[in-house]
Amino acid sequence: MIDPVVMFFLLGIAAGVLRSELRLPVQVYELLSILLLLAIGMKGGIELARQPFLALVPQMLAVIAMGFALPLLAFPVLLYFGRLPRTDAASIAAHYGSVSVGTFAVVVAWLSARDISYEAYMPVFVVLLEIPAILVGIVLAKGLGSGDSLRRSAHEVLLGKSIVLLVGGLLIGWAAGEEGLKGIAPLFFSPFQGLLALFLLEMGLVTASQLGTLRRYGLFLLGFGVLAPVVAAICGLVLAWLLGLSVGGAVVLATLAASASYIAVPAAMRISVPEANPALSLAASLGVTFPFNVVVGIPLYHWLTRHAYAIFGGS
Amino acid sequence: MHQHQRRLLTIVTESTIEAHLLRDIQRWGAHGYTITEARGKGARGVREGNWEANRNIRIEVVCDDSSAERIAGGLRAHYYDNYAMILYLSNVDVLRPEKF
Repeated sequence: MIDPVVMFFLLGIAAGVLRSELRLPVQVYELLSILLLLAIGMKGGIELARQPFLALVPQMLAVIAMGFALPLLAFPVLLYFGRLPRTDAASIAAHYGSVSVGTFAVVVAWLSARDISYEAYMPVFVVLLEIPAILVGIVLAKGLGSGDSLRRSAHEVLLGKSIVLLVGGLLIGWAAGEEGLKGIAPLFFSPFQGLLALFLLEMGLVTASQLGTLRRYGLFLLGFGVLAPVVAAICGLVLAWLLGLSVGGAVVLATLAASASYIAVPAAMRISVPEANPALSLAASLGVTFPFNVVVGIPLYHWLTRHAYAIFGGS
Repeated sequence: MHQHQRRLLTIVTESTIEAHLLRDIQRWGAHGYTITEARGKGARGVREGNWEANRNIRIEVVCDDSSAERIAGGLRAHYYDNYAMILYLSNVDVLRPEKF
């Protein structure tokens, strides 16, 4: 049975492919993404307050290391097998090393619909994984003398919408705690799935608009958009197992590794690596990888995790 | 009523580069600007503005002849190659020349 939120996504794709007039106003989409980002941040913050922060530092460092490693894995594949120009390969690698908060929201909803628990401080990992890949992408495109480009994009990256709202939400959740946030829970937490459904409806429409570009760039992008997330998910899964995360936590980390950015990284790459063609990376991350993860990937990563944990041991 | 001739520069481009672009055109002599959201089709395909990375803006600048030349030259040198951008110039009459 497909989750209702995923059905909304499919509805959006169908409406987009059939060229329906349906369209969410830009402001509505903006509000939805703000609400989702804050809700995710605050949920993580509440949990963070319950944890001894220092105990999480090794995990956080390991996750950051994965954020640096994933784009370095993707880059040679894009360069040699995809025969893409260096700048395009670097830009796409940055997209795939970074994360998609939309995909994170879907995996969280997927797990809670099945009563599978996970380490609730995971939103911290979302923040940590967003940035390293961007730095790697810029250095891969421009070489080590790219200090100027890095500085130019530092502001966009660190003060981009998603980082500000996620970190802000984390801090508010951490400071206020679950009790303190009771008053605003009816806006942020109770309607989470409904907000996500609407958000995914819009994402479906946007995904459909990418399909035309995808046809133009051919099979390599399609193959990469499907295989890269699966390989990355396995890396995430292995890391989760090494860190001793629960099955739910491993599914979340695998999904984070598998997801590709389509908001923060495109903006940063446009500024820092303007030679890269934005249509290519967006078609892959938004047109292939996002729908793949949402519809097939998450259940697949859960299946993989359960079997891997059954074989190698772990809760 | 006495009218003064000025140049109107209209730039249609990607909204991602807004902050950098505004800094540059002011450095090149613009005293002010007007920005509106825009959608359309051009050499880089349909830019419907339906996605954050795919939005367009239209920037209008009214300025004197030499600033218009400098801005147009700067944009050609620094932005034309890599960004979706069009630029056109027209003559306009203004009533308060000291503003532009």
